Amino acid sequence: MNAGSKPNSFKSGPDERGRFGIFGGRFVAETLMPLILELETAYETAKNDPAFHAELAHLNKHYAGRPSALYFAERLTEHFGGAKIYFKREELNHTGSHKINNCLGQIQLARRMAKTRIIAETGAGQHGVASATVAARFGLPCVVYMGATDVERQKPNVFRMKLLGAEVVPVTSGSGTLKDAMNEALRDWVTNVENTYYLIGTVAGPHPYPAMVRDFQSVIGEEAKKQLQEAEGRLPDTLVACIGGGSNAMGLFHPFLDDTGVDIIGVEAGGHGIPSGEHSASITGGSPGVLHGNRTYLLQDADGQILEGHSISAGLDYPGIGPEHSWLNDIGRVKYVSATDKEALEAFQLCSKVEGIIPALEPCHALAHVAKIAPTMRKDQIILVCLSGRGDKDVFSVAEYLGVKL
Amino acid sequence: MTTRLDRRFAKLKAEGRAAFVTFITAGDPDFDASFDILRGLPAAGADVIELGMPFTDPMADGPAIQASSQRALKAGATLKRTLDLVRRFREGDGETPIVLMGYYNPIYHMGVSKFLAAAGEAGVDGLIVVDLPPEEDDELCEPALKAGLNFIRLATPTTDDKRLPKVLENTSGFVYYVSINGITGSAAPEAQGVARAVERIKRHTSLPVAVGFGIRTPEQAAQIARDADGAVVGSAIVSAIAGELDGHGKMKSGGDARVLAFVSELARGVHGARAKAAE
Repeated sequence: MNAGSKPNSFKSGPDERGRFGIFGGRFVAETLMPLILELETAYETAKNDPAFHAELAHLNKHYAGRPSALYFAERLTEHFGGAKIYFKREELNHTGSHKINNCLGQIQLARRMAKTRIIAETGAGQHGVASATVAARFGLPCVVYMGATDVERQKPNVFRMKLLGAEVVPVTSGSGTLKDAMNEALRDWVTNVENTYYLIGTVAGPHPYPAMVRDFQSVIGEEAKKQLQEAEGRLPDTLVACIGGGSNAMGLFHPFLDDTGVDIIGVEAGGHGIPSGEHSASITGGSPGVLHGNRTYLLQDADGQILEGHSISAGLDYPGIGPEHSWLNDIGRVKYVSATDKEALEAFQLCSKVEGIIPALEPCHALAHVAKIAPTMRKDQIILVCLSGRGDKDVFSVAEYLGVKL
Repeated sequence: MTTRLDRRFAKLKAEGRAAFVTFITAGDPDFDASFDILRGLPAAGADVIELGMPFTDPMADGPAIQASSQRALKAGATLKRTLDLVRRFREGDGETPIVLMGYYNPIYHMGVSKFLAAAGEAGVDGLIVVDLPPEEDDELCEPALKAGLNFIRLATPTTDDKRLPKVLENTSGFVYYVSINGITGSAAPEAQGVARAVERIKRHTSLPVAVGFGIRTPEQAAQIARDADGAVVGSAIVSAIAGELDGHGKMKSGGDARVLAFVSELARGVHGARAKAAE
């Protein structure tokens, strides 16, 4: 399965080394390696155990509130005057984003592995809140690493995590954002490897995380496919999702990868614009490298030093991307584009006013791309967009960007 | 093929003493000050030198080495400059083995074959790359061995007997036993546990075993050197460098001499360890 060749299925990865083409792998310190292998075995066992799936389905339904609605965004469709726009409403889930899907899966695994302590990294705080939530639900102590910069710009989520009983550790090393939080979580893990489960929040990190998180998030695409079939009797023409690490996107995309008539578009955070250098668009503006356990597209300088990302959205402010996305880019199955801070802010306001839904800044990047393509498409065509989170957490920072004093 | 590392460990074995392995970060606090310290290490008693390749995201390192990496990068360190430092060191020292230690991305970004050629030419003897476990041996380990460099692997308390042969398979030069589960510069290792671990590793290999992570004082170094073939000190030396910087991050006058005096104290601990134990 090399990048560039045409596989029979786009869903067969990763290979036994945890690779998607050249991407992925297990680039971790030896201390962690035995645990990574143990995790892989534990996940394989769980995956083949109907009891594991039944338990997860029960939690998804009664705790997270799944299935999430598929919603025809009628007024937004009228506004753009082109393709029909559907929202997969992950923002309606318990904790307000798609992150809970992955956390419920992984906490079940942590319990099976008899781990007694949960650690997690978070950017916007959505994954931190979801991790703190499942840890509270199952009575496990939880430590969340969060960049000091993000602690400052995501105060409501920091308080939510504390209410849920988690310890939030502000990380001051580096630029104090998501990548630094992930470094610190890895340092904790390597120190407490015997009793600690590292609940990674996105489709990145060493194998088996990218595949495992994808599997837990694929419920998004599986449900959406069925729901759209019921509503329209067919597949969508285009899928659009925002990408930081890329877990909501991978969850939506994966069940559609072999439906080759469906165009798939991932939208990275363009920040102040790709030419400015201040963005978080790893594929559009980066190159392949090795960080946080996997090979993938990274923002880096000429010496292979990792650059700081920039995005208005803390959840997308990461200099890497899940390795499966890197592979899907290189083989051309998924198209990766970017949307700027400004475009995302416009989409934020438009969606709020036209649909009565305040979206998180992250999926506003996806909506910003919908604004570009919907008007150019026919009225009988369908765009399915993942509304990955709600915007409550962002109202303060948006007010600040708009110059409104609260 | 014997390498500088093989020759050095053989010589120390013949002398009946353990190796003192010192770690500093290349280019910390800047290129010239770093060279002054590097050049002085052998005379201060270093038998093997580990030279850290600065990286923005040193995931296995504690605050002291993280900070040293940041100081070096701020002063313009690059992988190419690290190799320049080795080349300059080799002009005056053809014997002391130098092992580059760091993370894979800067090497991957330069290109593995280009890097190996440049490292060999500069006079590098071995590589320790923290985020390349045996599962990724085809990335750098195998090409490095082919290029005549030693590839030194870390073994840890989590590396059990079942896994140890896999870890040792492509290891050469020496084995670096990480004495604790954790990051560099954290808790001090417990001597008895270390002795048992060294014995366990030696059941699987004839390579020398050096022990590191958490050794800060001459006494601790001496204790480790009784049971292991080498004691590695990193964070404590790097912290000593940090303690000699002025408000602008420059080395204070005489700072390098004071750092090297501290290295000499540690060396005396290591070198006197077995004589003392035999008394």
